Amino acid sequence: MSRLMDRLLNRSSSSASQAKERMKLVLVHDRTNLSSKVLEQLKDELIGVISRHVEIDEQAVRIEISQQGREQRLIADIPLRTVARRRLG
Amino acid sequence: MPAKVLTVTSGKGGVGKTTATANIAAALAASGAKVVCIDADIGLRNLDVVLGLENRIVYDLVDVVEGRCRLRQAMIRDKRLPELYLIPAAQTRDKSAVSPSDMVRLCDELRPEFDWVFIDSPAGIERGFRNAIAPADISIVITNPEVSAVRDADRIIGLIEAEEKGPPRLIINRIKPEMVKKGDMLSADDVLELLAIELLGLIPEDEEVIISTNRGVPVALDGKSRAGQAFRNIASRLRGEQVPFMEMEEPGGFLSQIRSFWRKGGG
Ligand SMILES: Nc1ncnc2c1ncn2[C@@H]1O[C@H](COP(=O)(O)OP(=O)(O)OP(=O)(O)O)[C@@H](O)[C@H]1O
Ligand SMILES: [Mg+2]
Repeated sequence: MSRLMDRLLNRSSSSASQAKERMKLVLVHDRTNLSSKVLEQLKDELIGVISRHVEIDEQAVRIEISQQGREQRLIADIPLRTVARRRLG
Repeated sequence: MPAKVLTVTSGKGGVGKTTATANIAAALAASGAKVVCIDADIGLRNLDVVLGLENRIVYDLVDVVEGRCRLRQAMIRDKRLPELYLIPAAQTRDKSAVSPSDMVRLCDELRPEFDWVFIDSPAGIERGFRNAIAPADISIVITNPEVSAVRDADRIIGLIEAEEKGPPRLIINRIKPEMVKKGDMLSADDVLELLAIELLGLIPEDEEVIISTNRGVPVALDGKSRAGQAFRNIASRLRGEQVPFMEMEEPGGFLSQIRSFWRKGGG
């Protein structure tokens, strides 16, 4: 009963959706050979390199692998600190 | 027109390569095409028993490659179908007895005489797989809706793409609609989204597959079986016909779940 309610309210609790979500991550890792640990490291290094040239909002930096079909793309979202934001602190 | 060489592979073992090879080949042969199947699973041959031809083996693939017989002599003709042949694997040797270039040479010899050459690949990503894929014009990746089979299929797809063998096509085998409906099995759409290659066919789990394999008669020759129909549909698609994919399950939307909830008595 509670499993059924779970499913009605939250499809992500079915074992099939769990399998799918897990497989998405596993396949990205298998295809790219990039673990989340390496991604974190990459992020830190990117922050290091870029902030040498321009001031960035380090806390808001996001790096992820996006997929289109069987193609993987590394997407880095690196917000720059604007002059206005800098003045506000 | 020279034959198309079609390799059936999977990565993970036991997902249905041999069953699919036998049945798609039989379906094509039943519709009048001239077809030969090569069992490339040296040391673990099975295509002979699935096709019901195990009692007629004299020579095998390794005998051909090592020059102990002519190609013709190793081809066993299936008497139930006008033009279906099998080249069996050797049972007492291992995969290293054959090389990828042996396979290419063999298939080049077969091409002018046939419409289709099917190669049943062994599981794994080693020599046996390399042998099977080397001569392929079309590669088929078969998987089950289950995490380890999907993961291995993805590996294989990557390897086939790296070999520049053209985009492989996907068969999803042993789908259990009831489990999919309950959310306890990956649906065909899920698998397709994960693997992101072109779909060639969907095959339901079907006891008739095991029963017909017991008898050594491909299920594709059984007009009533669902899996048999699914294999015939694949054969038609390979011939270039547009055949809709077999309906596996209802979408299992909100309403149908409510309905099944009430049917179960609300417990
Ligand atoms: N759609 C199906 N419904 C029911 N049983 C099936 C189905 N497809 C395959 N099987 C069964 O699954 C088992 C494995 O199938 P098969 O031998 O074709 O796999 P395989 O990929 O060739 O295995 P291997 O990797 O060992 O060569 C067999 O017993 C077969 O009868
Ligand atoms: Mg097999």
